[in-house]
Amino acid sequence: MLSPQERVSSAWVALARVEDPEIPAINITDLGLIRFVKIKPNGKLEVGLSPTYVGCPATEVILRSVVEALEEAQVGDFEVHTVLSPAWSSDWISAEGRRKLLAYGIVPPERLVSTLRDVLRGDRPAACPRCHSHDTETLSEFGSTPCKALHRCRACLEPFEYFKCI
Amino acid sequence: MNAKLPNVDAQALFHYVLRLGDLSLILGQRLGEWVGHAPALEEDLGVANIALDLIGQARLLLSYAGEIEGCGRDEDKLAYLREQGGYFNAILAEQPNGDFGQTIVRQVLIDAFQLELYERMTGSLDERLASIAAKSVKEVRYHLRYSSGWLVRLGDGTEESHARVQSALNTLWPYTVELFAEDDLDQLMADSGIAPRLSAVHAAWSARLEGILADSTLLRPADRPHLWHGKRGQHSEHLGYILAEMQYLQRAYPEACW
Repeated sequence: MLSPQERVSSAWVALARVEDPEIPAINITDLGLIRFVKIKPNGKLEVGLSPTYVGCPATEVILRSVVEALEEAQVGDFEVHTVLSPAWSSDWISAEGRRKLLAYGIVPPERLVSTLRDVLRGDRPAACPRCHSHDTETLSEFGSTPCKALHRCRACLEPFEYFKCI
Repeated sequence: MNAKLPNVDAQALFHYVLRLGDLSLILGQRLGEWVGHAPALEEDLGVANIALDLIGQARLLLSYAGEIEGCGRDEDKLAYLREQGGYFNAILAEQPNGDFGQTIVRQVLIDAFQLELYERMTGSLDERLASIAAKSVKEVRYHLRYSSGWLVRLGDGTEESHARVQSALNTLWPYTVELFAEDDLDQLMADSGIAPRLSAVHAAWSARLEGILADSTLLRPADRPHLWHGKRGQHSEHLGYILAEMQYLQRAYPEACW
């Protein structure tokens, strides 16, 4: 029988193994999707999970993977709650997560979005992830998944993805 | 989950939440018609992404409505098995896509409405609605960035593009009246602290539109007092066609799922 602290820490370890199905380079704790792991007074372990975008098809896959991971880790009785407020922000992607995204060829969000006003500001990636040129242009505010926008490097002419600041 | 439900008639709240959810659902379904047909691949991605966000909002809202109603209807049953008169979206959302410019005009009008509404709804006494609003408002901001960016390009573009979006604006503007027409239900929600006053939403929307239209070199059409009643289930001829397509699968193969 695990102690409450051990249950919480094994849950975190298990959650750190759950990949984002659309960006397998990064796990969901790096993305900042896990809001909390705690033991409720009734002894149940409770996990708070935030969706990145409400319509993101990956959300359901992630929820299922979280349940499977927690079952495998044998953390005892648990429940997973969707946390909408405060709403997920790209600010919550960890430093490690940002490194992994860049290594995967997706430019991580450059800018902190501390207020809602910031979301309305246009923003640009700092540099092309391949040749590091600063001469880039926006191709589309929306990309292959809800969390990304599409840009192109004018120097090496390669398109690349940029994680939206939201 | 309903422990913090405000002290208000459940039937009224159910109806109100459907107004919000149906606006997103029907607009999302409309935008989906562009998939594979948009003027460029980037715009195809853009409208499809916005549609996806809107349907995501609709799912949260319809699920909540189903819980309030307490009759066992979930988001799918509410989306796919209601009759036309049971939809409570403002009829602006169901207006045809027209050309890309008309779609953009409709989008700017509704994005700006949802933005001002949701921003204020984050303070709702209904915690569930407050959290759905907090999540949705970020996405809606991004939508407006996209749609207003296009309106400026088209309005302040060529003579042809300017004429087309001005004409779309003239066509769609009268439908905006319904968004802000406060009826008994809107008043009850505002009095109960569940929703913001529509007059406040209207003032903010109007100011925001003023700026976007000026940047787009478009003229703001005059307000006309005609009132539509989509919010009470009386729709234009267009909704039936949307539902026929949207509901086909569930009607033909009841309980189908994947």
